[in-house]
Amino acid sequence: MNKKFLSRLDWLSILIFLILVGFGILNIYSATYSEFSISIFNSGNPAGKQFWIFMISLVLMPFILFVNTSFFEHLSNIFYGISIISLIGLLFFGQKISGATSWFTVGGFSFQPSEFAKITTALLIATNLSSIQTDIKKVKDILKLFSIILFPMFLIILQSDAGSAIVFLGIVFAFLREGLNMKFLYLSFLSSFIFVLTLLLKPLLLSLILILIFTIIYRYLISKFPKTNKSPFLIVLITSIIFSFSVDFIFNTIFEQRHRDRFNVILGIETDSKGIGYNINQSKIAIGSGGFDGKGYLNGTQTKGGFVPEQHTDYIFSTVGEEWGFIGSSILIIFYTFLMLRILSRAEKHTQSFPRIFSYSFVGMLFIHFLVNIGMTLGLFPTVGIPLPYISYGGTNLLAFSLMFFIYLNFDANRLN
Amino acid sequence: MIRKNILFYFTLAVSVIFICQLIVLQLFKSEYSERSLSNATLERTVYPPRGLIYDRNGKLWVSNKPVYDLMVVPENLKKFDTLELTQNLKISKNELIEKIESAEQFSKKLPSVIERQLSLSEISVIQEKMWKFPGFYFQKKTTRDYVLPIGGNILGYISEINKRELEMKPDYDLGEMIGRQGIEKTYEKILRGKKGVKIFQKDRFNRIIGPYEDGNYDKAPEAAENLTLTLDSDLQNYGESLMQNKRGGIVAIEPRSGEVLALITAPNYNPNILIGRDRSKFFNKLVADTISKPLFDRSLQAEYSPGSPFKLLNALIGLQENIITPQTIFSCNEGHYYAKGAFMKCHNGIGTKSNLIKGIYKSCNSYFAKTFVRIIESESSPEKGIDLWKNYLTSFGLGNYLGYDLPIGKPGFIPGSDYYNDWYPEKNWSSTTVISNAIGQGEILTTPIQMANFTAAIANRGFYIKPHFKKSFDNIINDSLYPVKRTLIDSKHFETVIDGMHQVVEKGTARIAKINGLEICGKTGTVENFIRLNNEKTQLTDHSIFIAFAPKENPKIALAVFIENGYWGARWAAPIASLMIEKYLRKEVKRKWLEKRITEGSLIAEYEKPLLGKPFNINE
Repeated sequence: MNKKFLSRLDWLSILIFLILVGFGILNIYSATYSEFSISIFNSGNPAGKQFWIFMISLVLMPFILFVNTSFFEHLSNIFYGISIISLIGLLFFGQKISGATSWFTVGGFSFQPSEFAKITTALLIATNLSSIQTDIKKVKDILKLFSIILFPMFLIILQSDAGSAIVFLGIVFAFLREGLNMKFLYLSFLSSFIFVLTLLLKPLLLSLILILIFTIIYRYLISKFPKTNKSPFLIVLITSIIFSFSVDFIFNTIFEQRHRDRFNVILGIETDSKGIGYNINQSKIAIGSGGFDGKGYLNGTQTKGGFVPEQHTDYIFSTVGEEWGFIGSSILIIFYTFLMLRILSRAEKHTQSFPRIFSYSFVGMLFIHFLVNIGMTLGLFPTVGIPLPYISYGGTNLLAFSLMFFIYLNFDANRLN
Repeated sequence: MIRKNILFYFTLAVSVIFICQLIVLQLFKSEYSERSLSNATLERTVYPPRGLIYDRNGKLWVSNKPVYDLMVVPENLKKFDTLELTQNLKISKNELIEKIESAEQFSKKLPSVIERQLSLSEISVIQEKMWKFPGFYFQKKTTRDYVLPIGGNILGYISEINKRELEMKPDYDLGEMIGRQGIEKTYEKILRGKKGVKIFQKDRFNRIIGPYEDGNYDKAPEAAENLTLTLDSDLQNYGESLMQNKRGGIVAIEPRSGEVLALITAPNYNPNILIGRDRSKFFNKLVADTISKPLFDRSLQAEYSPGSPFKLLNALIGLQENIITPQTIFSCNEGHYYAKGAFMKCHNGIGTKSNLIKGIYKSCNSYFAKTFVRIIESESSPEKGIDLWKNYLTSFGLGNYLGYDLPIGKPGFIPGSDYYNDWYPEKNWSSTTVISNAIGQGEILTTPIQMANFTAAIANRGFYIKPHFKKSFDNIINDSLYPVKRTLIDSKHFETVIDGMHQVVEKGTARIAKINGLEICGKTGTVENFIRLNNEKTQLTDHSIFIAFAPKENPKIALAVFIENGYWGARWAAPIASLMIEKYLRKEVKRKWLEKRITEGSLIAEYEKPLLGKPFNINE
């Protein structure tokens, strides 16, 4: 049975996983490298710490692989409950590190409950959504599913760690896969489109433009199909305009200046290379200066100079870009993408929906990390401080995403049982 | 289908977008790599130590020494005992606080200068206690060290380049030292060497964190050349001590080579005061002294009437033009009438008959006035005559810049026909109009170095080599040979004149200059001079002049001594020249009494006369 099981493991994914984590540790070492750096395996430096955390996760790996799949299904409620309690506990016993109260510190070790909440939320969603009583078309069930996601998100936002909260939205991809109305997607596209245009154009001008566009489209449709109904157009138009004005209101009154700044820099409304845009600018310089084949491992001048802040955590990709160049960074993106696509395509092979929904939730969250983190590092996205799983320094994040990967491996290997 | 794979396509799309952005950033925008380099590296210029300067005997004259700038990094400051710091460094507390505040405004993380150019002795006490003053440190720099505190007028000085100069000299950096004046300026390029570059890796606070690429891109500095001067530092030093409390100049030249052995101007200054933290204070003081003008190099820049030594040149021109012979005799009756109602005085008694040699050693005005008149009148017109005369003088290096290797100088003046035609537009001038030139008064102007140079030409019997101060560089061999410049006088004519000069010292006007066992040739001069005082032309005490060379055969030293308001030639200039010759040729001065008289003698009272605002007597 063991032999059979081992042969059914997704060894290719494991290989890519090992490569990613190993490559991550190398780059953490470089990003924190100085003349006084000690061995890469010494836990006194970040790379060494990351290495030992990785060792711990490898120790946990066989336990997770050999547990019966139903174990996760049955205990998902309890896991979720523990997560929520620990998130609430943070509000009272949390340790504030760089602005966010998202850490427990116990005897020298600190960990982030929000990372584990990603696993437990994914498991609970998988359990609920796969249940035959749940129908994704029903408003009541949609609300229930969303509240499972939004509850931990809300608690995490309370810790002022909005970046981590956004990640949970990745689970919505699983909903879409399982039949959530695509209007949700279109709506979110339209709203983010209007959001950006509002910041760029001011609501009044935008409204005039929207009216113009809608009128033209409507006129056109009327001329082709005289029976076109006018009311959906009006509804969408009016909602858009209201949305635009409310975005403007929220942005200018509810958002704090630092949030506004981040958006303004990305949208090119403000250029200030030494101020707000400094991080992104330095990150772009680091990556750009890497050129085709990079400056070589441990030879990044931007990296050594510490110009990019948080380079071993959120900006690790700029180290890769500078030292490994276009070759290294595009290969990393390809490997990363390949891993996500492979998990997705193997998830499709499941006949049961529980493991598939979990895998989708897992990849959905991984995708948000990938999108936001690298997008930010490349200057395509506002600065949102979330790490790049497997690559960035961060013990809890590595452990949580490793565990999720192992759970995926478990489900995948047990697909035919 | 799309619904099922929406995350799949999203992932793919995002990857493609990321890779496109990587292509844009890494493959197409070279600006990023340039910005990274300027962002992450720091170029530090490495200056080679400035070339050392030696005298002709290999004695070290100018070297380099460290000075220390007190620096502060405001970020690292902690509470400290201001009193202890300020007392040890002799700066005021308010000044210190002000400077720290302005340093903070400049940058909290970068060092700023608090006090410049402290000497090792100034910082030695406090240096051991620097642990008490976190945020402060000393930065070492080098400046000049004048091992021999003499010859400031020749050496010039170095100081930090200013912003205006920087625009014209892009090769320099702000704060870099540049040679000003003197040897430092002339040989700036060679003494400076070629600076190198060290590239450092820096961090985002501009702090250096190590060498860039293990120093592979560094450029090593090229060492500066050491310079050996033609000057004899012992002679220079001796000359400076003789000139104490006098004004004037001494120029000594080795006739055979044109090498300048000593160039003394008085008053002068100790070059060591122009380095260190008090540099500008002393420099301003020197500049402000507009009465004794210590920065004015009298040996190079002062244009005086040459006086009687000039008679020698007139004699040579007369001989060359066959206007006189050594045997020509002119008579003198305490002077002579050179035109109707125009009398030129002479100290020679009534009925004196002189041949050329006697004319020289008696310094007979009448003799040379008559010779001069004949020279001018030997041509068809006084214009042609004076131009002929001028042509000879020009061949002695008079009336123009000599072209020596120091950046300052004056051309002097030899009048020609054009000059007098300008003065007398009706051309109603004649030999007698310009007769003062016969005895070195009149319109002629020469600098002491020009006088020393024509003395060398006489010593050489008809040629000179451009005076110069550079003997050699360590590694630059034979970069310029100095060509022999022939005068227009045949060498056979010199012997009589030289005999006359020898007699000047043996039995003539400068017997005080005689040194037993040495054949010295010389010529005294006493020059009337005037200044404008309260808008009136006022005569001052005569200048004292002496030119000399020795030994008579195979001369080793030729010199000109010029002492402002020194009464008459034999009173100051002749003994000084004699002592200089003794010092140079014998290395030791035996005539201590004379040395004492000269060294301790002062003309300060003489110089103060016109300043006191009272009537005063001259020449007594």
